[in-house]
Amino acid sequence: MLKLDEIQKRLIGEIADLHTVPEGAYNFRANGELAGRNSTANIEIVSKTDGSGIDIHIKPGTKNESVHIPVVLSNTGYKETVYNDFYIGEDSDVLIVAGCGIDNCGAGDSQHDGVHRFFVGRGAKARYVEKHYGSGDGSGRRILNPVTEVYMEEDSSMEMEMEQIKGVDSTERKNYAELKKNARLVVKERLMTHGKQHAVSDYVVELKGESSAADVVSRSVARDDSFQTFNARITGEAPCSGHTECDAIIMDNARVLAVPSLDAKDVDAALVHEAAIGKIAGEQLTKLMSLGLTEKEAEEQIINGFLK
Amino acid sequence: MLELKNITYEVSENGAVKKILDDVSLTVESRRFVVITGPNGGGKSTLAKLIMGVEKPTSGRIYFDGADITDLDITARARLGISFAFQQPVRFKGIQVKDLLRMASGRELSVSEACEYLSEVGLCARDYVDREVNASLSGGELKRIEIATLLARNTRLSVFDEPEAGIDLWSFQNLIRIFEKMREGIKDSSIVIISHQERILQIADEIIVIADGKVSRRGGTELLPELTGASAPESACEKLQ
Repeated sequence: MLKLDEIQKRLIGEIADLHTVPEGAYNFRANGELAGRNSTANIEIVSKTDGSGIDIHIKPGTKNESVHIPVVLSNTGYKETVYNDFYIGEDSDVLIVAGCGIDNCGAGDSQHDGVHRFFVGRGAKARYVEKHYGSGDGSGRRILNPVTEVYMEEDSSMEMEMEQIKGVDSTERKNYAELKKNARLVVKERLMTHGKQHAVSDYVVELKGESSAADVVSRSVARDDSFQTFNARITGEAPCSGHTECDAIIMDNARVLAVPSLDAKDVDAALVHEAAIGKIAGEQLTKLMSLGLTEKEAEEQIINGFLK
Repeated sequence: MLELKNITYEVSENGAVKKILDDVSLTVESRRFVVITGPNGGGKSTLAKLIMGVEKPTSGRIYFDGADITDLDITARARLGISFAFQQPVRFKGIQVKDLLRMASGRELSVSEACEYLSEVGLCARDYVDREVNASLSGGELKRIEIATLLARNTRLSVFDEPEAGIDLWSFQNLIRIFEKMREGIKDSSIVIISHQERILQIADEIIVIADGKVSRRGGTELLPELTGASAPESACEKLQ
């Protein structure tokens, strides 16, 4: 049984679409304490001996299994840093769902810094889904600083979907990945900032092996007085292909700074970057209004579609 | 159904006032298939935008079913039963064809209902419902999706701004068939099409020629020989055939 209160359950619903105990392996963390854990025959979750986090061991050949590791904070002023390491066995095919929800009704800042390291075995396939969400009307800020490090062996592939749509005041995301021969990485980031929120996304991808490939795509919406920074650097050290794209809608008094960069160290490294920042096109609003939507409804539909 | 009374539309260009439409008055009755034609730059597209509320007239009034809609915005006119197909359909990142059809119909649409509208405009529905309405679609595909949104809306007045613009000849043949079908299925509604195409003019109940910002001719298909003669308002491509 999970030891969660109603607020915590609501947060879990937001970040992991979970309304009941999930099938497969899971580890629920609430206000710094273990609220429920399940290991399976193929996926073992163990606490680190120093108490700083968990290790997740996925046996080679594990197919179509999932791991959920949601984290919720509902005590104001609580701050933590957690280290989670994923050892994804050779030729396995798994789904990993992480995410953090913060509800802060008090005056103290609440902060969760999750450091996730992935060791993706040869030929393994992993899909990683991470959602961040904040709620509560306290004056304390909700802060999330996620770090991911991905080490990919030959012929492995990883798809990462990172989403932060609502309620997080400050985020500094750092992602690092290195890819060996034939490894493939796809990153999809979806971000929306409101109020005076500040979000930084930092991606460094090193394509070390022949025929390795990475595609890092960020779509974001910056509203009100928020400020977003997107830094993406792809380094090609072998015949490889890399693509990075930052596509942002800017509204109100927001600011978006996109700094894509490419570093080719091999004559056969094919690297591309794209960045586009702009407001919602007037003709898009006109079209949806001509279907009977109000201007505000049209704006919502355009943003929802863009962040899908 | 629709009445434009003494519509004038002016823009200022380099400090000088330019009249795009000059005291235009016209009516569109119910159950009519009306084609507005005329030379480029004559004010046809502006007229279409004024009907939808995308632009506001400098002077004059617009009535829909007897009510003055001149001061209503696009949303209000859409809700009263006016729809508009853009000459250059708008692209949206992330919004899927089925989303657009759902918004157009104003209700939850099943996949099979969405597919029906797409089949009507000659698109293999299964391939398109989940496609994003973005730059991956060709001009012809977008144009047909645009028409499908009007079918999904099913309003009393549908205005099409040059549906043939930017589509290839093969798509054009299909397009004509769609309009012929609409013409047959017209019930209590009316269709206004801005077009240069003889094939579309041929199925009109009424042809209105706009030139230099004024209604220069008005009549039935008896105007065709004159319009498709030496001073024909048709495309250069058509003339070469």
